[in-house]
Amino acid sequence: METLFFYLFGGIALLAAMSVVAQKKIFYSALSLIICLGSIAVLFLALEAPFIAAVQVIVYAGAVMVLFLFVIMLLDPFSAAAARDKRKRLTFLAVALGLVALAVLFTLMRAHDPATPPLAGEPPGGTDPVGRLGRLLFTRYLIPFEATSILILVAIMGVVVLARKRS
Amino acid sequence: MNHYLTLSLLLFLVGTVGFIVKKNVLAMFLCVELMLNAANLAFVAFARDLGQLQGQVFVFLVMVVAAAEAAVGLAIMIVLYRCRGTLNPDEADTMKG
Repeated sequence: METLFFYLFGGIALLAAMSVVAQKKIFYSALSLIICLGSIAVLFLALEAPFIAAVQVIVYAGAVMVLFLFVIMLLDPFSAAAARDKRKRLTFLAVALGLVALAVLFTLMRAHDPATPPLAGEPPGGTDPVGRLGRLLFTRYLIPFEATSILILVAIMGVVVLARKRS
Repeated sequence: MNHYLTLSLLLFLVGTVGFIVKKNVLAMFLCVELMLNAANLAFVAFARDLGQLQGQVFVFLVMVVAAAEAAVGLAIMIVLYRCRGTLNPDEADTMKG
């Protein structure tokens, strides 16, 4: 089962990576990279790293790539205009797929019952991988973890200084 | 384990080739992100194989650094485009000896 998963999503990731390099329009490159990041997130799940997979989807494929797409549309208007697809059928397909995803999400949410503790019989935070990772981050790796917050602060200030309009 | 490392190597190679081939700063940046993710995959594969979580801690730190790098890099690109009107890295050669 895991082998099947690996070959399916590893193949998707590799094809999407090649598509990143092969695409002429950079907008499509960025979209391919999102597909690649999503399938790598599935591989993280298969490798028993659920927290890393969630961060990959939320921060990487979500926030960072949206930032990329904004900048691409800002700097490369020809590419963005070409990406605005005129075909209505694709719009319907996108809406339909979104509804399917929403339905799957609701089914999963109803199937998951928060009343029953999922880790019954285990010490609190003992074998849960997310709990173990969090404990490691806040004990042994506390100083690197705090250093990342300083790094992000410096990055924010650098971006503000760089992007400010000079008069 | 070996399969994951092979996939990681292939993804890294694709990213490297793209970084060398591409003529657009934004596209080169996307390839760098690809290489970072290939390295992350190797980290998580090692963490699972050794039964330790240190690899996942490293991946977390790599992701934070990558997010900061993306923000600063994109700001630099916007400034470069404002000053030069181009995204081709070969044309930004003022400091060439």
